[in-house]
This record gives sequence, structure tokens and C-alpha cells, in this order.
Amino acid sequence: MTFSKTRRLAMTGLRLGLLAVVVVLAFGPGFLEVGTMRLCAQVFLLMVLAMMWNLLAGYADIVTVGQHAFVGIGAYALYGLTAKAGLSLPVAILGAGAVALVLAVPITAIVFRMRAAYLAIGTWVVAEVCTLLASKIPGYGGATGITLPGQVIRALGGNVRDRFANLYWISLGLVVVAYLATALLLRSRVGVGLMAMRDNEEAAGAIGVNLVASRIICFLWAALFLGLAGGVLALLNLRIQPAASFSLIDYTVYVIFAAVIGGVGSIEGAIIGVLVYVGLRNAFSDYSNLYLMFLGALSILIMLVEPRGIWGLIRRVLPENIILVSHPYRGRAGREQGES
Amino acid sequence: MFDGLLNQLVQGVLQGGLYAMFAVGLSLSVGVMRLVNIAHGDFIVLGSFTLYSICTALGISPFLAMLIILPPAFGLGYLLQTLLFQRIVGKDILPVILVTFGLSIIIQNGLLMGYGPNPRDLNAGALETASLNLGGGVAVGVFPLLTFVSAVALIFALDRFLYRSRTGAKIRAVSDDVEAARLIGLSSRKIYATAMGLVMVTIAISACFMGVRTNFNPASGPSQLLIAFEAVVMGGLGSLWGTLWGGILIGLAQAIGARIALPWEVLSGHLLFLAVLALRPQGLMPKE
Repeated sequence: MTFSKTRRLAMTGLRLGLLAVVVVLAFGPGFLEVGTMRLCAQVFLLMVLAMMWNLLAGYADIVTVGQHAFVGIGAYALYGLTAKAGLSLPVAILGAGAVALVLAVPITAIVFRMRAAYLAIGTWVVAEVCTLLASKIPGYGGATGITLPGQVIRALGGNVRDRFANLYWISLGLVVVAYLATALLLRSRVGVGLMAMRDNEEAAGAIGVNLVASRIICFLWAALFLGLAGGVLALLNLRIQPAASFSLIDYTVYVIFAAVIGGVGSIEGAIIGVLVYVGLRNAFSDYSNLYLMFLGALSILIMLVEPRGIWGLIRRVLPENIILVSHPYRGRAGREQGES
Repeated sequence: MFDGLLNQLVQGVLQGGLYAMFAVGLSLSVGVMRLVNIAHGDFIVLGSFTLYSICTALGISPFLAMLIILPPAFGLGYLLQTLLFQRIVGKDILPVILVTFGLSIIIQNGLLMGYGPNPRDLNAGALETASLNLGGGVAVGVFPLLTFVSAVALIFALDRFLYRSRTGAKIRAVSDDVEAARLIGLSSRKIYATAMGLVMVTIAISACFMGVRTNFNPASGPSQLLIAFEAVVMGGLGSLWGTLWGGILIGLAQAIGARIALPWEVLSGHLLFLAVLALRPQGLMPKE
């Protein structure tokens, strides 16, 4: 019993540590260089993307390879809402998420006619269609893309430092909101039902979990946050372009590898995965092809050896996740685990 | 307004033969192993580069080179299934997608390092430019026609093999029910490995025809995969003849799209797929 108490104490310590990190990060712009703030903003946005992929793959049992569709839609919506409609930045960023959410409704109606691996490639086809269509919208720069107009950039901040400080805070805020909102979703009826389904699909169906509705809610949920992140990414890059805004490699391939290496099915996995990915990327920046091959091989290895990734390895020691998204389990099995 | 329309439609159908050829291997791996192989297109491109190297080194025709690589291709499929895919089939879909996705990225970047980003093509000499005038403003290239006929022959042969041969019957038995097949002494391991070997043989054949027909570069794989996938789903999962119709439909949609405006060529194929999915999700020629 004392052993389990020590563990619980350790968990509390880890949680407080994580909270402290977030608080310190909030003061980041006070002491960080512009380049570092930019890198941090990218890392935060990648974390949002990884969290959303993980929400779908780890909880809703929907594997997508087309989430770059919604990131790109967010970016193009941001351009339209600022440069064309003249809306203020906060409204436009929220609008980017809203546009992605609205477009996700017909997309869901089509791709949800498929299941499993077919759905996965179906989302890829949709993303391909979105990329091709984006290059055909009149006034959005065609295939070469277009730069955000000066007044939008000025609205972000008077000088470079202010701009990146604002982007840093927006991105950090988005991670925190995305996490809290997703945790709430997973603790709601929808999430509990999904986890019941993950454990036993037939039993969950028998006690009245509406699987299709839960999956659709998660898909739309992800689209919303992917769109928000896409809008902020457009501000970070200061331009939109079909191939770059709808980048399969940057917003889907890397994100999947990061989420898998970190660990599917936990928020920690998404966060660890992105940190590992960015660290490796900076270390191997001169060998980008070799590095991608390495990531591909690593994720194959993880699937064969420890499908729960790095966090799965850590969880062999830790009794529970640091970041609780489900109701903590206080049943008999938990106690047995504590005593062993 | 209809000037040359018939001609374009005929070209579209012939192009669809090439797409059906891409798709037939995927149809087999989806139908038998339930393996949706994301690296399918990249294996085709890998095949084309291999043929390119053999043709350049030995100065032989790509068709002869294709015959040379058929046995190793079968071996590669057999090994891949035994060593890698067998560990992931039948479980969650995540391992299947991740492992084949990882392979796809490894092949693409490996080719990029080995051959660089420039497009290549296979040279089949005079055959590439020869054409037949059918009258009425319709002229077909000999090579596209040969591709189409080969696709039909390949599908016919595979269909015969699956439904008329002993090995084919074993493959179908394992595919229908792994447990029941095991009870009567069929090992799914060996049968699946043989089927994957066959898939790789269709990939090697497609690699030759694609390489002669169009330019290819290390990043060409995903677009072949998407087209093959669309043909498989539209034709009805696991139906080989349905896959042929799926391929032809995409070829036709692209021909019509290109007639409206050239940049709409690729998009039209995808849009047709999404429309079919919305209206008839079981595909056009479902197996059951």
C-alpha cells in the first residue's frame, strides 16, 4: 500500500511539474528570442495537429491520412476572412475554424460511407480534391499562392518581436484550449462511449452507445481545431499556397509519425512525439531524406514492438497517465496493479 | 463542339486500362488479405526505376527487363508478406496503415536519394509513337491499345487462376474464412504469401507499362495509389472485373474533364469517385 501511495505522490508531482511548465511557457515572450518563439509556435501548432489525429486514431477508431485538408481549408479561410472580408484577426481565426467545421459536414457525409482503411484513403482523396480546388479559386493566387496583405500583418503586431510574441501566445492558447476541450469531450458521454467501444465494440453497442454519432462528433471536433491551427499557420507563414498550406508531408505524414512514436491513445504521446520529432528534425536537418526514411522505419518498428509508442514504454512504470482524459479507474484491477 | 469527342473518349477508355492494371493488384490484396497497401503506388514506381536501371545497364527493351524482374518481384511479395504484413493483418487497422505508410515514405525517399528528383521514362522505341487510324477522326496509339489489351488479359488470367486452379481455390478459401481453412489444413501464411507474390507480379507488369506510357519520378507513387484505390472501390471491393470498369470510368472522367479545361483532368477522376461513393457506396459491381 505504501508503494502505491508513493506512486500517487509521484503522479501528483509530475502533474504539478507539467502545470509549472505551462505557466513558465506563458511568460516565454518575456525572455525568448524571435527565432525561438517562432519555433515554439510551430511546435505548439504541431501538438494541436497531433492531438487531433490522436483523438481520432486513439479514441474514435478513425485513422485519417487526409487531415491536411482541414489545415489548408483553415489557411485559405483565414486569407478570405482577413484580406477579402476585412474581418479583425481574432474573428478571422475563429472563422477559419468555423469554415473548416462547416465544410467537414459534407466531407463526413461522403467519407463515412467507408470504414477503416478505406476511410483513411478516402480522406486522402478528399484532401487531394481540396488542394486541387484551392488552386482554382479566383483571387487566391492560383497554384503559386498569395502573400497576406500588409494590413493583416500589421494587425498582428507593430514590429517583428510583437508579431511573434502574439503568434506564440495564440498558439500556446490553442494547445491549452484544444487539450481542455478534448479532455472534456472524452470525459463526456461521447468519450466514455468511445472508450467502451474501444474495449468491446459489441458490448458497447448493446448498452446503447451510438458509435456512428460519436465518431462523427469526433471527426467534426478535429476539423474545427485543425482549421483553427491552419488559420494560425497561415499567419505564421504570412502566405497561403495550395502545395504548402495543404502539405501532406508537414501536416499529415510528420504528424502521424510524431503521434505514433510518442504513443497513440494518450495526450502525453502526442506531446512527447512532437518534441522528439522536432528534436530529431533539428539534429538531422542536413539529411532530410534519410531522416524521413528513419522516421518511417521507426514507426514500423513501433507498430511491431510497442504499438503504444514511447508513452507506452513509460506507462509500464507509471500507474496512470499524467494528463487524465478519462475518469480515473478506481476498480479492483487498479488496486491489484498497485500492489504488484 | 463534339469535334474529336469520340476520339478523346476512346483515349480515356484506353488510359483506364492502365489504371485497371494499377488497381488489379490492390484489388487482390484488399480482396484476399484485407490489406489496404498505402505503398502500392510506390512499389509500382520502384518497379519502374528498377526497369530503368536494368534497361540502361543492359541496353535491352523494357518488356524483356520486365520478364527478368517477374520472379524476383514474386519473391519480394512472398517475403514481404511472410516477414512483415503477416504480423499486422487481421488486427487493428492502425498497424496496417502505419506500416504501409512507413514503407511508402521509405521507398519515396530512398528513390529520391538514389535517382534524384528528375522525371524518367522507359524507352520502347517505335512502339511508343505508332498509331492506328480507325476512321471517323479516331486514331488510337498502338501502345495504349496494347496496354488496354494487356490489362484485360491480366485480369482474365487472374480471374481464371482464382476460380479455376487449385491454388486459386485455396486462396479463396483462406480469404473467406481463415479459421475454417486452417481446420482443413490450409496454412494462411503460405497462401497469403503466394497471393502477395502475385500482387507484386501485377505491380512489376504495371511498372513496365506505366514507365513506357508516362514520365515518373520518386514522388509519383501516391497519385497511382489514389487512382488504383478509386478504381477498386468504385468497381466493388474484391471484384476483379469491377476493377476494370472502375479504371475505365476514371479514364473517361479524366478525358471529359480535360476536354472542359486541362487542369481539371485529374480532379474530374477524383470528383467522380466521390460522387459514386455518395450515391452508391457498395461500388458498381460488388462481389456478393
